[in-house]
Amino acid sequence: MDNIASLMHGFSVVLTTHHILLMMAGVLLGILVGVLPGLGAPNGVSLMLPLTFTMDPVSAIILLTSLYWGALFGGSTTSILFNIPGEPSSVATTFDGHPMAKQGRATEALSFAFLSAGFGAMAGVILITLLSGWVANFALRFSSPEYFAVYFMTFASFIGLGGASPFKSIVAMGVGFALASIGMDSVSGNVRLTFEFDALLAGVSFLIAVIGLFGIGELLLTMEQGLKFEGVAAKVSVRDVLRTAAKLPRYWVALLRSSAIGIWMGITPGGPTAASFMSYAMAKRSSRDPAKFGKGEPEGVIAPETADHAAGSAAMLPMLALGIPGSATAAVMMGGLMIWGLNPGPMLFIERPDFVWGLIASMYLGNVVAVVVVLATVPIFASILKIPFSIVAPLIVMICFIGAYTVGSKEFDIWVALAFGLVGYVFKKLDYPIAPLVLAMVIGDKAEDAFRQSMIFSQGSLSIFWSNALVSTLMAIGLALLVLPLIGRVSLFVRGRKPVLNAL
Amino acid sequence: MKTFSITAAITGAIAFGGAGAAQAWQPTKPVEFVVTSGAGGGTDNFARMIQSIISKHKLIDQSIVVVNKGGGSGAEGYIHGKGGKGDAHRVIFGTNNAYLLPYVAKLGYKFSDLTPVAALALDEFLLWVKGDSPYADAKSFVEAAKAKPMGFKMGGSQSKDTDQTLTSMIQDVTGAKMIYVPFQGGSAAAVQLAGGHIDSNVNNPNENIGQWKAGQVKPLCVFSPVRLAKGEPVFDGKGWGDIPTCKEAGLPIETFQMPRTVWLPAEVPADAVTFYEGVLEKVSQTPEWKEFVTRTAQTGRFMKGKELTDFVAKDDAANKKVFEAEGWIAK
Repeated sequence: MDNIASLMHGFSVVLTTHHILLMMAGVLLGILVGVLPGLGAPNGVSLMLPLTFTMDPVSAIILLTSLYWGALFGGSTTSILFNIPGEPSSVATTFDGHPMAKQGRATEALSFAFLSAGFGAMAGVILITLLSGWVANFALRFSSPEYFAVYFMTFASFIGLGGASPFKSIVAMGVGFALASIGMDSVSGNVRLTFEFDALLAGVSFLIAVIGLFGIGELLLTMEQGLKFEGVAAKVSVRDVLRTAAKLPRYWVALLRSSAIGIWMGITPGGPTAASFMSYAMAKRSSRDPAKFGKGEPEGVIAPETADHAAGSAAMLPMLALGIPGSATAAVMMGGLMIWGLNPGPMLFIERPDFVWGLIASMYLGNVVAVVVVLATVPIFASILKIPFSIVAPLIVMICFIGAYTVGSKEFDIWVALAFGLVGYVFKKLDYPIAPLVLAMVIGDKAEDAFRQSMIFSQGSLSIFWSNALVSTLMAIGLALLVLPLIGRVSLFVRGRKPVLNAL
Repeated sequence: MKTFSITAAITGAIAFGGAGAAQAWQPTKPVEFVVTSGAGGGTDNFARMIQSIISKHKLIDQSIVVVNKGGGSGAEGYIHGKGGKGDAHRVIFGTNNAYLLPYVAKLGYKFSDLTPVAALALDEFLLWVKGDSPYADAKSFVEAAKAKPMGFKMGGSQSKDTDQTLTSMIQDVTGAKMIYVPFQGGSAAAVQLAGGHIDSNVNNPNENIGQWKAGQVKPLCVFSPVRLAKGEPVFDGKGWGDIPTCKEAGLPIETFQMPRTVWLPAEVPADAVTFYEGVLEKVSQTPEWKEFVTRTAQTGRFMKGKELTDFVAKDDAANKKVFEAEGWIAK
């Protein structure tokens, strides 16, 4: 009950005209960065960060989280209408969302996407409300072996369920690991893979990789496909929205399962991208008619969207209570937190309840505001993409390069982004998944640090990963995620049936 | 009247002196503050505090841009500083890592690529254990650690950096053998100690204060020649000033402190160095700075010129001795 009282206090902090206006501004800006390919939520948030230094922390976090919600919604819009994921986490939405739009069911697809996204976000926030007190104590049980087990679980789920062939996922992940190890190694204090090249000393930022891989890579592909977006005119009328809303409860199994996956992946540092893929794969695997997926199945939109948003909001919890960001955007926000003079950690809940509960209350309101705003503004934002490609493309390139430069104020990063654009193009041509590469870049070095710290703890014995109930459970789930789908595939193969996951 | 004319003369002299210095060297474009740590780190707070004091008291006419270049334990920032050779519009903020980093890793800069300007404070190190641990003082902790070689885990921030150097010194004077576990930063080492995953850490006051307030950790002694300034009680009626020095507590390490330092690139005009010395000395006398030093439980000490170079030489030699004994010197 304490939590409910704290939440009410949070609402009293947040419910001011100033904060509601900030929320709306954040959501609108977020939709804008979400709609523009290459300028995802992490970039949007890092571009806005300097503006917040003079604000009080509660206002600042409201602005940034609202921008995040907006970007998640905007990313789904372009996925469905144009088959361009504005966000890495909305890639899975394109699989069924775009076919639906092509069949003239754009309104239905968009409404399903937004409403299920809203549902997922609410599920995530409710969880945070109920568990935050408990998480602060739970956090202290995490040491290096537990962190490694969580990272291991995420990697395992990618190989097992991620979509493309496990072999290609492992290759992409390996490239990501190599990139993540560039720069100063904090465990040995030595410099690695810089080839005495000063610009590489600070490592390669995953933000720059994402700008190149998704933004520039996507542009190169679009150019090849004939210099035009395959846009579909979208009109969202209130009646259609209501009709779709009435259909939503039919998919309650998908909604609940996807929320659970999303929340889990948000709390463990898997992140929204991993969550949406995993949720799509699970929906397809458990469907009575998996063949319908990829051809305009509403459940193929609902599953990734719900999980994406549930993970996005649940990711705030490990950021605040443990100091580990559950998503790329959460990582950027955590940087912000420190600049505003707040130290993420268990004491944040005790020392700054106004901030923590203000943030949680703003997540309830922010998502409601976002759903309303997004349904109202879809036609406007969609019309951006009616502008001829020859005008939009150079603008996107410019935005990508400005974004890349802003990350570390280094010219060198522009070239890195360009190089990643080519990598992204080649990956897509050869049908290698990009998500495992990004994942390995984001948490690869943390996983390595956690593993090596564990080895220092145990003086080189692997038994430390089975030394208590918590770490054993996490490792067991990880191994199961790694092995089970492979067994499933083998048995399907033996029985001579086409593996279900191949089409993903 | 006589008093008045003397006062007038003195005022005139000061004004003239000020004007003279101003003519000698003044920034002619925005000044870049290079921070050799990520946003939110100790060095970041140090630089941003000075930036806000300078702009509040209008000590520099030009605007100030702060950039974080914390890659490679801060080497990124110093290399950026080296790139500004001869340009006194690039001011670099760091610690003793400016002269210690090039020993332990092969990096793209040497200490001679920097011009020393000033140090403004000394950050303190303390020996911390878990709040409910049975050790009441440093002596009993050291005895327990000695009785169980490689049984105690000391956590710290980074590798071959101040925390590990101090750990190595403790082992050297006491004969205890501990396992050193490097974490990403002081805050991680603080949480790991609070959770009981490590037995001790040697965090700076500011890194552990959150956990001390909650009673999750407790300080045993401070590696300083004298006790810290008396302040507000933090936990259980005890404040910073109640912590014994390590020497009184039976851990014979006289002093281990980390200077908060300011540098310019090599080959800058001598009067530019004088200009920044003057600005920073004024900063160190403001109430805002004194409040900052007290709040973060650092020791305020302004050093420039010979005092600074002597300090650096002594600190450099003491650390180098440990690096050599541990075999950390990069070839």
